[in-house]
Amino acid sequence: MDKVSKKSIKNCSSQTPESAELNPDEVYIDEAEVEELNAADENIICEEEDACKDERKRQRLLEAISALGGKRKRKLGERSEAAVQMSEFTVSGEGEKVNLSDLIGTIDKNAAIPAKTKKQLKTLQQSNKTVECPLSKQESERIQRDVAYQKAASEVSQWKGVIKQNQRAEQLVFPLNQEPSGPKPFERVLTSWKAQTPLEQEIFSLLSINKQPIHDPILTPTEEASLRAMSLEEAKVRHAELQKARALQSYYEAKARRERKIKSKKYHKVQNKHKRKEFLKQFDEMVKTNPAAALEELNKIELARMQERMSLKHQNSGKWAKSQVIMAKYDEGARKSMQQQLEVNKDLTQKLVTSLNNEEDSEIEEVSAEVTPAFVKDAEEGLDSSNPWMRGKLSAEPREKQTSDSVDLTAEGFGGNASEDEEDKHNVAETEEEALLREFDNRRKHRQIQEADTELILCLDDDDNEDKEKTKNAAEDLDTSDKEEELSQFTSLMQGLTDAHWDIEAEFAKTAADTSSQLEQSFIKIGTLEDRELLSQEDSAAEKVPVKPQLSTSTENPLPASPVTEKKRKRKRGIELKHVLTKETNIIHVPLAPTFRDSEDLDESLDQRQLIKEAFAGDDVVSDFLKDKRKQEDTSKPKLLDLTLPGWGEWGGTDLKPSRNKQRRFRIKAALPPPRKDQNLPSVIILEKRNSSVTLHQVNTLPFPFENHAQFESTIRCPMGRTWNTEQTVKKITKPKVVTQLGTIIEPMNRERLGKKLVSPGSQDSVKLS
Amino acid sequence: MASAGEANVSVSHVEKKEKKQTPARYWKEPRGEKDGNDHEEDGGKTLHQEEPRPQTTKKRKQDESPAVGKKFISGKSDPFPGQAPIPEDRVQKFKRKDKTKKHRRQHYKLKAMITCSEEVSEMAQKQAAKFDLLLPEDAGFLEGEEEEDTCLISQEDIADAVDITAGAKYFNLKLSQFGPYRLDYSRTGRHLLLGGRRGHVACVDWLSKQLMCEINVMETVNDVKWLHSEAMYAVAQKKWLYIYDSNGIELHCIRKFNDVLRMQYLPYHFLLATASAKSFLQYLDVSVGKEVAAICTKTGRLDVMCQNPHNAIIHLGHPNGTVTLWSPNQKEALVKMLCHQGAVRSVTVDKSGIYMVTSGMDKKLKVYDIRALKPLKSYFLPAGASCLSLSHRGLLSAATGDIVQVYKDVWSTAATKPYMAHRTRGAVWGLHFCPFEDVLGVGHGDGFTSMLVPGAGEPNFDGLDANPYRSAKQRQEWEVKALLEKIQPELITLDPNELGQVDRATFEQRHKDRVEALGYDPLAQKRFIPKYKKKGRSSAGSIERRKKQVAHEDQRDIIRQTVEDKVKMEKQRNEREKKKAVLNSSRAALDRFKK
Repeated sequence: MDKVSKKSIKNCSSQTPESAELNPDEVYIDEAEVEELNAADENIICEEEDACKDERKRQRLLEAISALGGKRKRKLGERSEAAVQMSEFTVSGEGEKVNLSDLIGTIDKNAAIPAKTKKQLKTLQQSNKTVECPLSKQESERIQRDVAYQKAASEVSQWKGVIKQNQRAEQLVFPLNQEPSGPKPFERVLTSWKAQTPLEQEIFSLLSINKQPIHDPILTPTEEASLRAMSLEEAKVRHAELQKARALQSYYEAKARRERKIKSKKYHKVQNKHKRKEFLKQFDEMVKTNPAAALEELNKIELARMQERMSLKHQNSGKWAKSQVIMAKYDEGARKSMQQQLEVNKDLTQKLVTSLNNEEDSEIEEVSAEVTPAFVKDAEEGLDSSNPWMRGKLSAEPREKQTSDSVDLTAEGFGGNASEDEEDKHNVAETEEEALLREFDNRRKHRQIQEADTELILCLDDDDNEDKEKTKNAAEDLDTSDKEEELSQFTSLMQGLTDAHWDIEAEFAKTAADTSSQLEQSFIKIGTLEDRELLSQEDSAAEKVPVKPQLSTSTENPLPASPVTEKKRKRKRGIELKHVLTKETNIIHVPLAPTFRDSEDLDESLDQRQLIKEAFAGDDVVSDFLKDKRKQEDTSKPKLLDLTLPGWGEWGGTDLKPSRNKQRRFRIKAALPPPRKDQNLPSVIILEKRNSSVTLHQVNTLPFPFENHAQFESTIRCPMGRTWNTEQTVKKITKPKVVTQLGTIIEPMNRERLGKKLVSPGSQDSVKLS
Repeated sequence: MASAGEANVSVSHVEKKEKKQTPARYWKEPRGEKDGNDHEEDGGKTLHQEEPRPQTTKKRKQDESPAVGKKFISGKSDPFPGQAPIPEDRVQKFKRKDKTKKHRRQHYKLKAMITCSEEVSEMAQKQAAKFDLLLPEDAGFLEGEEEEDTCLISQEDIADAVDITAGAKYFNLKLSQFGPYRLDYSRTGRHLLLGGRRGHVACVDWLSKQLMCEINVMETVNDVKWLHSEAMYAVAQKKWLYIYDSNGIELHCIRKFNDVLRMQYLPYHFLLATASAKSFLQYLDVSVGKEVAAICTKTGRLDVMCQNPHNAIIHLGHPNGTVTLWSPNQKEALVKMLCHQGAVRSVTVDKSGIYMVTSGMDKKLKVYDIRALKPLKSYFLPAGASCLSLSHRGLLSAATGDIVQVYKDVWSTAATKPYMAHRTRGAVWGLHFCPFEDVLGVGHGDGFTSMLVPGAGEPNFDGLDANPYRSAKQRQEWEVKALLEKIQPELITLDPNELGQVDRATFEQRHKDRVEALGYDPLAQKRFIPKYKKKGRSSAGSIERRKKQVAHEDQRDIIRQTVEDKVKMEKQRNEREKKKAVLNSSRAALDRFKK
């Protein structure tokens, strides 16, 4: 569409400027120009006739004089009557205007003018449209520019490929069109080389005879042919077609089966009638389009007719017919059925009259017998030949690849013996299909049931979760209230304890649905024991639980590792600090025993202190550390924002506190921070503060082509320096994008390069051998 | 095609090989080339898959590029076609990153970038693996006879067994006057610095046993440390920190660093980290002589210190059984680990920065995975270890009283007895493995002992980084280069790869940082303070009025715009409604029947 419109515009633009230029010329004709033209005219005339030479000279003189006078004067009269002085170009505006109709009026009488032009002129006369005025200069120029731009753009866009290639190139070496250094293929170097020795000649002749590649290992013609045989796409398309055909066939089969099962006689009667009609229609058509097939059909009908005439099938002579005859007196239905039978007989025995003559028929018949495919014939042979209309269908439908189907249909109609085998086959297929379908159905049902089950389970889960949440919330509320009342360490510890409880429980609820309740209980106990111990330590120094001496801990043997205990330990690792510290240790026996004491005499007092510390090692170290950790965690926790103002909406005073409801409303809980890194490391405190010194050197926004952090990070992951890479790698990594040679002139790319790009490099170097 | 040319040449010399059948030409068997290509492809992945065929000729063409045909003129095929294969495990050793997944909908530029970087990394990896071949030296080892404990083999026996030069590396310096010695080896492993507690400082080129200088500072010496080269060393004396050159001339006395007990030198950052008795951890930039950071650790006397060579983090051990990790950029400990139930006596970190070994007053020796901060192994030493040192190849030396024990594989397998043991003549005070040598230096109360520990040192040194055999000129060159490549102290982080990661902090966070760094908020607006005017025009009311005039200056435009828009919308709606009303009001023909 676009192109068309542009073309039309182009045409327009090419016409318009001319007309635009012409118009003013017509109006203002310069005097001098007229003179010149006249002069030229007269010259021609004077060649022909010399008689009035003098007169003309005089005239020219007069004109020259009048021109001197400077006044413009129209001297030449209009072409109204025969005169010598006549301008060819001007038509004076005086007198009557000439209309198109005046000029055209004579056309009708003139036989020489073709009818087409007459018609055109007439339409022109009738149409009252004015001719559109030409485009303005600006507009026409704009269009011209547009067209020129398009032209230029198309030309420039040819370079796109080359430019893109250059842009993407790892390295560009200028000047661009340089011969690649290094070894050249020998065909290029030895262009004049020819097979000279007899052996060589023989070999090359052999190669050429066998169509073997001579230069590079190019493919042989046979290989190429085999490659060309069928592409993947073609094969796919083919496969899809076949698949569709198969599917269609199965649909039709299913339909036919369904119809066959219908027991209603009336339905079949109607159906048969319909088919018959259809067949006749088709036959009529076939006579026009495909006389050969029609003839065949006709033949079949003829055959059926012959059989009918021979047999007594519809002659009202059977047992049933006789009984009907008896019943006919009293029964309307019986009479009718008799009538029908007779009609069938009549129909069948009636001779069909066609336009084709019989002699031709016989000829074509032979041909058609040859043409029709074998399977069609087979089917026909197996048929009960008494129903010609069914055959019409058969011959009409092979296009749709449903021969078997149509055969089946025919078999259905009259229960032919020959088609029994096929029926069996179909039955087998059907059973298979049905089995498959049933299976699918079963599966679907099964799935539905499962879904329902899961929904139920989910509901249950939800209930559980809600319960837990409720309890947890309650606990939290309790905690907060406690905190308010007294902010002693004791309470904080208590809170920690409860928190630990909840954490543990939550963990269990999450993961260990299968673990036994017994395990859970024991686990909780461990956690609480640990905390209680801490509590006792803090509360009273006197009640300190004596920690096991080192030797005993060191001799601790690892427990027998049953799967259950292992699991337990895994859990425990996250929580128990003591366990971490008293990890089972290997005792090392040294053959030599130290004779010196470690410390020097210089700091005796320090040594004493250290000795004492050694003696009471582990007493407060752990609890101190735990306290420290808790403190760190607390500082990193977001603070509760309390916006309650006393006295608003209720009584205010010295001893009055804002109500709990109000507090709940105006306390803003900050979002929970991400989990601490040392959450699962009991003996470690990791600083969560941001290190802003490195961030100054880090990239904080993802650069352009990257879509995620991982991509970017992986691209800058590899070091580039000489310290980490071999020399070769460094050189490759730090290759400059553009290399220019000193002292060479870098010329712009020329068209040759474009051509070079288009022509594949392989086709360039071909050397004739032998 | 080059081979084709050669084949052509050979045609003229056929006469020489007449006894053989016709020479095989490249076009006769194109199969060989295909084979070669195959090998080239999978050469990178596998070891020698096919056993070398029994070929009589082992000749290999040198200049033949793999792309060109594999057949020789003689008809024999290359027994080792393609590039030499690189063992997979060696390639794996130099792996730096995983491959990124490519999606179909990526931008073409991104695709190109990713493929390029992947290519480069693969090339680097392969090349490095290939060049790994050029590291020919193997580490030594000590193997006892059957049922002989290696730890019972005496140093004299070892020294007798090995060659003379290696045997000469076992020696004792009897320096009983100036008390227990601390020591330090220079980074190249060539120079030894000894610092006696009673003020004796000596530096020795210990391989040639040449004494470079020997001084007595007439003060208690707490620690000695080489700086970036063997030309300078730092001595932590009773009060201040001093820096001497190799001739024993005092260069600096740094008064800012007082009561220093332990020192560590970070070679790539040119930082000297000191831990003082006043619980200060200080960093001195040796290249410019400036104090980079001074951190008050608030943990008492700091006499246990070591560095992580992988990420330049300083580890400090404390009397409360914790080990803390420090960087000069943060005022708090990056990590605080509870390692022992008693005080920590010594800490040391593996060269690769994976393992940390600590020993404490509870007489235990523990091995930690420093990346995961989890304990790996725990040993009980009956006497406890006062000093620890790890060698380049992961041998651990621990001093218990006057006995030096060396352990092998403390983290991978549970050691039950030491690999080696040696009794010195006094209590051990300093312990240091010599880099690139199978030598352990022990400073003790009666001088210095250089022990032979087979398999301790890294056999292959990096000549550009630390060359034991470098000349003076090379040292100068190296010094300049090292200074140019100096890493800024800001880049010391727990994870050295953090620099290559994108900063995912929010804008708010970054703004907060900026405000903190600048000391003011650059985006905050200036408060308007009305000018004071005389003659009662600066009354409270007028000031308020003037303030109001400029209030919300930034929002005014926006508000005005929105108001205008609203008005316009209202107008349009009105017009529309009016039109509708007019249309409705015009009388239709059937309206006359309405009532």
